[in-house]
Amino acid sequence: MKDPIIQLKGLTKQYGAVKAVDGLNLDINKGEIFGLLGPNGAGKTTTILMMLGLTDPTSGTAFVCGHNATSNPISVKKKVGYMPDNVGFYDNMTALENLVYIGRLNGVPENELKKRSAEVLEIVGLAADQHKKTSAFSRGMKQRLGLADVLIKNPEVIILDEPTLGIDPTGVRDFLALIKQLSRQQGLTVLLSSHHLHHVQQVCDRVGIFVKGQLLAQGDIGALSGQLFGADSHVTSIRVAQPVSQPWQQEPELQAWEAITQIRIHENELEFTSSRDVTAALVRFLVGKGYDVIGVNQKNYGLDDIYQKYFESNSTKNTSYEKSIS
Amino acid sequence: MKSQSLDPGPFGVMIHKEIADHIRSWRFSILIALIVLTFIAAMYVSLANIKSAIGNTKDPDHLFLYLKLLTTTDNSIPPFHVFLSFLAPLLGISLGFDAVNSEQNSGTLTRLMAQPIYRDNLLLAKFVSALVIVSGLFVALALLMIGGGLVLTGVRMEPQELLRILGFIVITIVYVAFWLSLSIVLSILFKQAATSALTAIGIWLFFTIFYQIVINLIVKSFLPDPAYLSQAEIISYNDLILNLQRIAPNQLYSDAVTTLLMPSVRSLGPVTMEQMAGAIPAPLPFKESVMIVWPQVSGLMASTAGCFAFAYYFFMRREIRS
Repeated sequence: MKDPIIQLKGLTKQYGAVKAVDGLNLDINKGEIFGLLGPNGAGKTTTILMMLGLTDPTSGTAFVCGHNATSNPISVKKKVGYMPDNVGFYDNMTALENLVYIGRLNGVPENELKKRSAEVLEIVGLAADQHKKTSAFSRGMKQRLGLADVLIKNPEVIILDEPTLGIDPTGVRDFLALIKQLSRQQGLTVLLSSHHLHHVQQVCDRVGIFVKGQLLAQGDIGALSGQLFGADSHVTSIRVAQPVSQPWQQEPELQAWEAITQIRIHENELEFTSSRDVTAALVRFLVGKGYDVIGVNQKNYGLDDIYQKYFESNSTKNTSYEKSIS
Repeated sequence: MKSQSLDPGPFGVMIHKEIADHIRSWRFSILIALIVLTFIAAMYVSLANIKSAIGNTKDPDHLFLYLKLLTTTDNSIPPFHVFLSFLAPLLGISLGFDAVNSEQNSGTLTRLMAQPIYRDNLLLAKFVSALVIVSGLFVALALLMIGGGLVLTGVRMEPQELLRILGFIVITIVYVAFWLSLSIVLSILFKQAATSALTAIGIWLFFTIFYQIVINLIVKSFLPDPAYLSQAEIISYNDLILNLQRIAPNQLYSDAVTTLLMPSVRSLGPVTMEQMAGAIPAPLPFKESVMIVWPQVSGLMASTAGCFAFAYYFFMRREIRS
């Protein structure tokens, strides 16, 4: 039995004539890592702000941890840790002071505060730098401190807005590994927004593709490619030893398979596009017909292709996507 | 709920942090230095002239030594309360002009608002923490002056004097509070701290320098030649000018403070000969002075509350993003 910890129903936010978020319906279950993927300006941050009651939806409701985020933001914020995309700290205070301040605001008892802040600083790997002023912190360190900030309140849900923005590749990998580890160990629900599909692909259980205020598709990567490419979601290319003559006499027989939508032949390489995984059956069929199969390559659609597919129609209008993919 | 006495709650935590920030900031140290220097200069001048002021038996207030300490001057520099009428706005503005927008620009506002605290607590904490500091400063100065006066002259203090000096301090704090809340409103409205500071200083300059000129210009344009007016008409025009001037908060402040510090002031407007007939030139009791300035005090408080309400209105439903 899955119980959604974040429930968005028909969430809409309108800025003047522009709909930043348009009738968003989304359920996120306890303990999963959900990636909200979309180009810049798709409405990701607006959605997150509405979940925290930091901005009011034009219509629709956001329920987080069983509380309505618009009418009861305080109870939501008690259970949700939010790291904004451009997290800032009080520059005249040290990392520890910044952290302790947030801890106090969350009502962490004074006698536990020291232990707790030392713990979370250890987790994010900033224990050695805790007495440095945050003005001297690098971007990656600030992100880590931001995560410590989120963790000190013992949240049930963590919302990270563009957590990987502006960190170097090693930093990103460490950071994402940390998030994944935390989620698995402590059973945290994580919602992270990003326009970096590779980052999302690395850690997320489920992904939602969000473009121009609308959630175009959601699910795990496999389900997404199925949803998106429909009948063309699986491509199997098989290489055989002898060149295949054209026209190929087996082709009509294979075309009759209801899963296969397209067959392409290129010398000794056969490429089958199908709506479900038919690789094993194809190999068996070819071997039965006396072909020497020397290579089988199954092509799964990654987020890259999924992303690309979505922007085929949008890319001419939406130049921000070019920026975001870099 | 047992731990409530130990746990200061988020609001207490925020005030604590804000006060610490103010005290550690250079800005505040410079302002304190400015005000303390002004205070010392004013005290120095008044101490040099206190003897003649006390000896001047024509002045009905001449026996109020401590009030004289605050108001006597040889005209080389203005007395302390006049200094304050233009330094206090500066104090209020400088403590509040970047209250909200600097947090927003550095990205700490989003982080703060993501914590389980009420939004209004942030505004209130900014306001209260600055006021606590200002109150501390002025109370300390007043006590220093009283203590110094006691040591130097050995003259006993009248209870009335103490009340009047405390009243002066309270009105000064309310006056600073007005400028503070005004500058907090501006810090919410303008994204750049420099813009809000300039706007606040602009408003301050307008009221201290230009407002009187503007009023005079406007009234002169429709004021008939006084030679053709009856006395009652002249008084009504005079009242009009005074009332228009009282829109300016510094006018309210100097009216209120002058009345409190000079017990013989019995009216803030023109007084007719009939009203003066039979009046003994004697100091008023404290309560009567308060009655005279009550409209001014409530006016100042109302404008403070008004500004603060605006701050709430602009801030409460606003979208917070960095």
